[in-house]
Amino acid sequence: MLFKIEKRPEASQLMVYATPIFALILTILTGSFLFHFLGVDPVEGLRNFFVKPIDNTYGATELFVKATPLILCAIGLSVGFRANVWNIGAEGQLTMGAIVGGGVFVYFHDVDSVFLLPIMIVMGAIGGALWAAIPAFLKTRFNANEILTSLMLVYVALLVLSLLVHGSWRDPDGFNFPESRIFSESATMPILIEGTRLHFGTILALLAVLGTWIMLSKTLIGFQIKVIGAAPKAGGYAGFSQKKIVWFSLLFGGAMAGIAGLSEVAGPVGQLLPSISPGYGFTAIIVAFLGRLHPVGIIFAGLLMALTYLGGETAQINLGLPVAVTGVFQGMVLFFLLACDVLVNFRIRFTLFGKAVS
Amino acid sequence: MTGYEWIIPVILTVITAATPLVFAGIGELVTEKSGVLNLGIEGMMLVGAVTAFVTATVTGNYILAVIAAAGAGAFMAFLFGILTLSLMANQVATGLALTLFGVGISALIGQDFVGQPVQAISKLDIAGLSDLPIVGQILFGQDALVYLSFIMAIGVSWFLYKTKAGLILRAVGDSHDSAHSIGYSVVTIRYFAVMFGGAMSGIGGAYLSLVYTPMWAENMTAGRGWIALALIVFATWKPSLVVVGAYMFGGITILQLHAQAAGFDVPSQILSMLPYVATIVVLVIISKDESRIRKHAPACIGKIFHPAA
Repeated sequence: MLFKIEKRPEASQLMVYATPIFALILTILTGSFLFHFLGVDPVEGLRNFFVKPIDNTYGATELFVKATPLILCAIGLSVGFRANVWNIGAEGQLTMGAIVGGGVFVYFHDVDSVFLLPIMIVMGAIGGALWAAIPAFLKTRFNANEILTSLMLVYVALLVLSLLVHGSWRDPDGFNFPESRIFSESATMPILIEGTRLHFGTILALLAVLGTWIMLSKTLIGFQIKVIGAAPKAGGYAGFSQKKIVWFSLLFGGAMAGIAGLSEVAGPVGQLLPSISPGYGFTAIIVAFLGRLHPVGIIFAGLLMALTYLGGETAQINLGLPVAVTGVFQGMVLFFLLACDVLVNFRIRFTLFGKAVS
Repeated sequence: MTGYEWIIPVILTVITAATPLVFAGIGELVTEKSGVLNLGIEGMMLVGAVTAFVTATVTGNYILAVIAAAGAGAFMAFLFGILTLSLMANQVATGLALTLFGVGISALIGQDFVGQPVQAISKLDIAGLSDLPIVGQILFGQDALVYLSFIMAIGVSWFLYKTKAGLILRAVGDSHDSAHSIGYSVVTIRYFAVMFGGAMSGIGGAYLSLVYTPMWAENMTAGRGWIALALIVFATWKPSLVVVGAYMFGGITILQLHAQAAGFDVPSQILSMLPYVATIVVLVIISKDESRIRKHAPACIGKIFHPAA
């Protein structure tokens, strides 16, 4: 063998921050080959994918519009992932948040009150949290694997949404399309910059980041999450309740995803539709890992993944590339990140003729 | 015979719905028995489905299409192996990455083929036998992949419990350190197990795009890869029970479709939820008894192996 992998005495802090950069470089290199393979000049492809979408003010604000649901979902998931609670059903919790929060408008569409939107946001959070409470209950009471239950519930939530917009929540004046009424102004997220789609949800996302940061660094529950995640046995000896952590991280993740869903339907989408998210809840998994499960990291990772959505759209319009390129890029980022992460805990020694050269 | 004739087409469709789950479940079972948890079944199935479809459309050769799907699934699993076995990445995260990547890459490969029809793989037709009443079509009128799925299930059962190689594979899954210390190459054995799982998932995907619904659509697996994962817990890691479980889920899927067609006064969305809700219910019933899971699950599942050399 030309090299061997050796365990580091302790995890490299430098590598924790360096590997996301390595992963990006590798993604861009592989992406160039992908563009070449698809018959597009790699430089032109990369420019259209990563630069063009944000070289103007509107594009830059769109980046935040797309990053908002990603950051909200990812910040919620990151708390669970830290404690080894694998909630991968954020997409379902997002959908349920949109249903419960958006449902407030469906029933009170003629109410014109400043309290309408705040109530919708709270109900969105509750909707998402309740949906996440199912896997939490099944995990703590029946030991059922939360990965599988939370994921199955994604499909169920999407079918509930489809049922409602095809049924009793359909807009009575909507020519029979499976859509709810268009949300009124008092049920819509305020626009932050005139002429763009940048909305109040982005502020909610930043507040969530700040709140989570404080929770993880300053509160007891944050400390317990970190201990249980890093050393479950130590957490057990310290008397921290594993069940409490499971409940907390799922409810928290669900609430964040629920707010994300509500801020989508009360923001850029503007009504309840059968499909309200291009998989934000799944992409948020990548965002959480790429951001190193750290609140600040998640902001950067969220913006980057948002760029892949915009880039996919721009590349489709300008170069005729399929939108699916976005998904490939997102998958590659996570793949390369996980591959590079070996450098955090291990070091690679190059060996020549069986002897170590250092 | 009149009165229960309708039951034959139902059984026939149950078989088509169950077969992809048998393939994916049996494959993942071998992977898990070696101590590796690969959550990327959904992604590997999708890549298998698109590879098979494209190969069948372009070449018209179905045997080649199935082999290509197996190869594509194995290749995806190989990528998973590089990350989790050689680079020691977290298996849960890598499996998720494999699924997300598989969704994207299969959509990219298949974009020019969406909506195109393909001739479904033909069914066996043995003069005399296939025309037997009731059992004729069920036993002797299936496509080759259905028989292959049973051969695979029996073969894997035999391999795991009756051969030395199978014993070694289970040893690696139950105690990788012991297996390593008596000289078996844990990583190599796991590579084989993971790639076998990938190939089987690929064939399961091929069955979806060539037989179950002979066409390609983005995300056409619709969660079957995850249901296959739940099946293994349901089956407490026993090959025969994986088959039973697959047929049970196939039955629920078909029941739900027939109920929709029969015009039950229940919204179609509620009926479509059934397979997913059933998965959760089954998972809960099985997982309730924690000691039973612990007794049957491979002891090293999901754990990273690094030989302390």
